[in-house]
Amino acid sequence: MRIALFATCIGDTMFPQAPMATVHLLERLGHEVVFPDSQGCCAQMHVNTGYFPEAIPLVKNHVKTFEPVLDGEWDAIVVPSGSCTGSLRHQQEMVAKAQGMPGMARRAALIAEHTFDLSELLVDLMGITDVGAYFPHRVTYHPTCHSLRIARVGDKPRRLLQAVEAIDLVDLPEAESCCGFGGTFSVKNHETSSAMLTDKMANVLSTKAEILTAGDYSCLMHIAGGLSRARAGVRAMHLAEILAGTRDEPWEAPTTTTRLGA
Amino acid sequence: MTTMATNDTTTSSTITEGPRGWAPSVPTPEDPLKWGDNFPTAAARTLRNTQMRRNLGHATRTIRDKRAMRVAEMPDWEQLRLAGSAIKNRAMSHLPELLEQMEANVIARGGHVHWASTGEEACRIAHSIAALKGATEVVKVKSMVSQEIGLNEYFAERGINAWETDLAEMIVQLSEDMPSHIVVPAIHRNRSEVRAIFKARMEDAPEDLSDEPPVLTAAARAHLRKKFLSAKVAISGANMMIAESGTLVVVESEGNGRMCLTVPETLVSIVGIEKIVPTYQDFEVIAQLLPRSATGERMNPYTSLWTGVTPGDGPQEFHLILLDNGRSKVLADPIGRQALHCIRCGSCMNVCPVYEHVGGHAYQSVYPGPIGAILTPQLRGAFDHHDPAASLPFASSLCNACFDACPMRINIPDVLVELRHRAVEAQRGGIPSFWDVAMKAASVPMSKGSRMGMAGKVLPLARVMAGPGQRFVNLPWPATAWSATRDVPAPPGQTFRAWMAERDKTGSAPSGRGASGRGGACGCCGQGGK
Ligand code: SF4
Repeated sequence: MRIALFATCIGDTMFPQAPMATVHLLERLGHEVVFPDSQGCCAQMHVNTGYFPEAIPLVKNHVKTFEPVLDGEWDAIVVPSGSCTGSLRHQQEMVAKAQGMPGMARRAALIAEHTFDLSELLVDLMGITDVGAYFPHRVTYHPTCHSLRIARVGDKPRRLLQAVEAIDLVDLPEAESCCGFGGTFSVKNHETSSAMLTDKMANVLSTKAEILTAGDYSCLMHIAGGLSRARAGVRAMHLAEILAGTRDEPWEAPTTTTRLGA
Repeated sequence: MTTMATNDTTTSSTITEGPRGWAPSVPTPEDPLKWGDNFPTAAARTLRNTQMRRNLGHATRTIRDKRAMRVAEMPDWEQLRLAGSAIKNRAMSHLPELLEQMEANVIARGGHVHWASTGEEACRIAHSIAALKGATEVVKVKSMVSQEIGLNEYFAERGINAWETDLAEMIVQLSEDMPSHIVVPAIHRNRSEVRAIFKARMEDAPEDLSDEPPVLTAAARAHLRKKFLSAKVAISGANMMIAESGTLVVVESEGNGRMCLTVPETLVSIVGIEKIVPTYQDFEVIAQLLPRSATGERMNPYTSLWTGVTPGDGPQEFHLILLDNGRSKVLADPIGRQALHCIRCGSCMNVCPVYEHVGGHAYQSVYPGPIGAILTPQLRGAFDHHDPAASLPFASSLCNACFDACPMRINIPDVLVELRHRAVEAQRGGIPSFWDVAMKAASVPMSKGSRMGMAGKVLPLARVMAGPGQRFVNLPWPATAWSATRDVPAPPGQTFRAWMAERDKTGSAPSGRGASGRGGACGCCGQGGK
């Protein structure tokens, strides 16, 4: 397949290892990955903070950048982030409508139909749960709210992880509860956010996992930011990073990237 | 013994007998719909109440699990939710006709109907009825609406004691507190606190009162029985009004509500206009959704329906007060109006991680939790950022658990976002806030790939600033709020965009190691491409 990658703004600038691993994985599976470089941000932060007019240029740019998918230029658009997938599916249409741009709302919705979270692309579109990965570590998986309840990726990431060779996958207690990030919520209501994070961290630590994974770097940044402060010795890795490596060819993020929570 | 919750906040501190064992949390506010501080300030305070956090965490987890079990038993739960939401949609778009139908049917069955556009008006009507009967005390069925309008305080100021008869509501009233939840008002108290409250505030509490739930309920029962038998007037709300027959419905689990609805001679029901459904069949749908969502019960132990008056049976005088108090304003809002579909099951509170940590009092309103965060500012018409109610829509991480739990499929997260938008718009034109500047500034690079690329140029600098630990532990305002409890990693030395460009330029096969300069091609990717 020929797949367009939406790296997301946080993936592009803060955690390039997630889109890098996505490229690595998809190419390893024999697909072509294209990075349309006029891409920017999905507008989630602006919409969720209530800044609708400011969100519009972002939506416009996204629609313009990814519209070729409607002409069959690519087979799909992949996003290594559940919350951005959710935002593309739900909020772009909503905010364009709210700002009186029904045409753009429609186009955004059409593009969203071709847009998949990485786990959905692998499981639903390509029909694979075993990507041939090898990862001999104790790992716990946080499903993240937006992957679960907006993008609705269900148990696909878990199924992908379960198929990884040598992995010791342990259940995270109260996995489905929010880590307290919520974008600007974590700043505007930082005391509440920290209280929520404390519970999430306690649950992560109770698993004795050495690696915390998720399909979304923003939640990982939050939880691992807390774990790092506590010097808890749990590292965060994106789902794509775990799936990227094989026994013969372990995947390792470049040294220029920053590891979280170590 | 204090007889009523009053505005006198010093009363609680005059209790001297031994260690109290409980703390009076919130004194009766002037406006029960919204009092005091904005959410972050109030939450910072409640978060420090460790006892409350423990009580709340335990209680919400228990109810959550029970609800999940009862919902899972229903193969048609989603269809029921859709039906519930459709019923309310229809009811809201025909509200005037339905209310008139209700009025006509109540009158035809011997009842009286009053219309109140404000809370004050509803209190005045209810009080004048009670006063006409010469009542010095009235018994009450637990009712959110009466709390919303401050009915007990209104009555107290005019010499009538209004006794709450729901057990939890009674605990809250005795402790001069405010409820913390709409279904489980005393959710923030544990049983030893309840015992201490009874000992201190219930005049006929037995000497040897223990903190065993059966002992506590027996004491409450004995206490309440006297009130039921002596009161001439009862005040209730209603869970639903059925327009086609003029019927009102109250669901509860203790039977105390039914005592109020059947024993006193006069019944005054104050009901928000949004509580109407067209037919009995509609009631059937909601009657399935409500108990499972609220407390994880298959059915409410007590479901009372009454229509006008029946000679020789039950109250011989019945008054229905239809309350607006901001509701028609909410109805006029195309996005926010779904808040009126709420059946007050409390499910959204029980699943909300924010509520679970901060408790109901942090919302500083009788309507806490996710539904409170959208209902309170709308009822008050508060979108200006100076109004503390305007901080409520931001009191959510938008985790969407409330939407999944809501039996009426109210899209609370969408309404929250819309209300945030309104709060932002309401303050435009003034001195720009930090957020105004930041959001505007971020909109520029984030909407263009070429400019995002430029952002990559500053990364190495930030990396140097982060120091050898490669993490920030102290960020400038307002990110200080983040770095107080969380580290921020240094940005990477190279953006993904730059890595991709370099890779394309050198034509090297993709490798995670590529950007580190440790060589390009790796064998496994030879088959890349189509
Ligand atoms: S908003 Fe929904 S979940 Fe919350 S109390 Fe109302 S009906 Fe129940």
